[in-house]
Amino acid sequence: MRKLFTKCLDFEKPWDIDVYISKQGGYRSPKKSLSMEPSAIIDEVKKSNLRGRGGAGFPTGLKWSFLPKDSEAPKYLVINADEGEPGTFKDRLILEFDPHRLLEGCITACYTLGAHVCYIYIRGELRQCHARVEEAIAQARSRGFLGEGIFGTKYDLEIYVHTGAGAYICGEETALLESLEGKAGKPRMKPPFPAVVGLFGCPTIINNVETIACIPTIINDGGEAFAADGCERNGGIKLYGISGHSARPGMYEAPQGISMRELIYGDDFGRGIREGRELKGVIPGGSSCPCILPADIDVAMDFDSLRKVNSLFGTGGLILMDDQTCMVRVAATLATFYHIESCGQCTPCREGTGWLKRVLDNIEAGTGTPKDLALLKDVCDNIAGNTICPHGDAASMAVGSYLRHFMPEFEAHVERGGCWFPEW
Amino acid sequence: MELEFSSQAEERFQAILKRYPNTRAALLPTLFVAQDDFGYLSVGAMEYVAGRLELPPSKVLNVGTFYTMYNKRPVGKYHVQVCASISCALMGAHRLVHQLEQKLGIRLGETTEDGQFTLSEVECLASCGTAPMLQINDDYHENLKTPESIDAVFKPLLGDSKKPNQGR
Repeated sequence: MRKLFTKCLDFEKPWDIDVYISKQGGYRSPKKSLSMEPSAIIDEVKKSNLRGRGGAGFPTGLKWSFLPKDSEAPKYLVINADEGEPGTFKDRLILEFDPHRLLEGCITACYTLGAHVCYIYIRGELRQCHARVEEAIAQARSRGFLGEGIFGTKYDLEIYVHTGAGAYICGEETALLESLEGKAGKPRMKPPFPAVVGLFGCPTIINNVETIACIPTIINDGGEAFAADGCERNGGIKLYGISGHSARPGMYEAPQGISMRELIYGDDFGRGIREGRELKGVIPGGSSCPCILPADIDVAMDFDSLRKVNSLFGTGGLILMDDQTCMVRVAATLATFYHIESCGQCTPCREGTGWLKRVLDNIEAGTGTPKDLALLKDVCDNIAGNTICPHGDAASMAVGSYLRHFMPEFEAHVERGGCWFPEW
Repeated sequence: MELEFSSQAEERFQAILKRYPNTRAALLPTLFVAQDDFGYLSVGAMEYVAGRLELPPSKVLNVGTFYTMYNKRPVGKYHVQVCASISCALMGAHRLVHQLEQKLGIRLGETTEDGQFTLSEVECLASCGTAPMLQINDDYHENLKTPESIDAVFKPLLGDSKKPNQGR
């Protein structure tokens, strides 16, 4: 099978520009794209069926086409490298081991959008990634791939790294823009959308790391060839993380649309559940995606199919839970995360996630009451749809999925006065 | 004592200013420069940054207190941050925290008396496939499933604690 993102791991020092060029054929795509019409590049990206890999799955070519063409204001490309969704560790691989693939994608994307400045917003915690990307920028600059008149053209481009400072919410694109502008990361109301009023009030496109790292391949091979590696309306090869109770957790590469069962049990992938145990539940793509049951794992891993089993594709980071897992504790752990990471701007999210956490902690500790079970549903219903950004919805959907699938377990915690599952 | 950037910090600060069209956008990276230079981000340090960026101190305080990586109190020479999010939790993060509390003789959120170690729980560090894990200052330590693997991480650092603290 063709490899895009994990190929770099076959080489020593894959983050070095010489290795990237000689072993991976790096920096070929700008030589082609910089002589193309931007509209032709957008067409090629549309044909590729590339969908935003930060979790939302919005078609990338369509997103790019939203940037107003008649605006005199500077335009910006912002790369969302604020990877913080629990269960997700794919962008870190690209930033740390294949940073030039990202930069190469940024060059074509910026040229297409008419941007002369690009910011890569990297999570503050990922110091190693920060250092690698900074080094890659310096190397690309020294070759004339960045700076004034790149690749011998008249086009100027600067790429800067901006580091976050510890706030999950900054992965939400408008919170990220606030943070980049030097403010607390509190999401903005939409509309206006960032494509019209974004960074510093200017038209801005925000793309995920993995999304932009696909661009060189789309330019080199053509959009149709890229699309052919995936499935209908979901183009290309994708990074999948497997964590939790897998026999072989790690980062794998496979087409969009591969079956979830294959990823969990396949010899080339996770090889089943640890210690030969049974699977109890799967979070398909980062903690915000509703949990699904083993009966549903024949689903195709793409943005459309996961919706049919009442979940979301998200980031493609699967979290597996075996038969020894207490689902009340899982829900409580997730609620704690969303409570801590709520920016506090909207009351339903700020207060509601705290309620979820406290009530779930009580049920797990054995002090829950039957009324609490109805209360949990009520709190979930009152958060969903009532907040500026999807953070509250994510908390509500995630916790709601455990109530839906495992209610007898919650009831038994209340009846028995606590938890009978082993400690983690 | 009046705070002032060291010459290295001043150099970093000047380079940061060049990256943005206004001084406000330089705030987050400048707060890191201040934290690295002054040891932690005191109210005084935030006031100093406000002055350098010509921003109202209230705006700087608002940002400094919003983000978790700005240490508003001094932390130990080694800031041990254990990931407690779901993938690590499933793989024993809480057991890891408990083992570290015993090893270091402190509770979560505390700093050892000699100022060497601070123990914190943090949210997902994008290392879910190698859980459980922790970060000590800038460095990741992954796959900490056994007491032996934890000892291997801490042995060199615990030896260090017998030496006098050189400060930052």
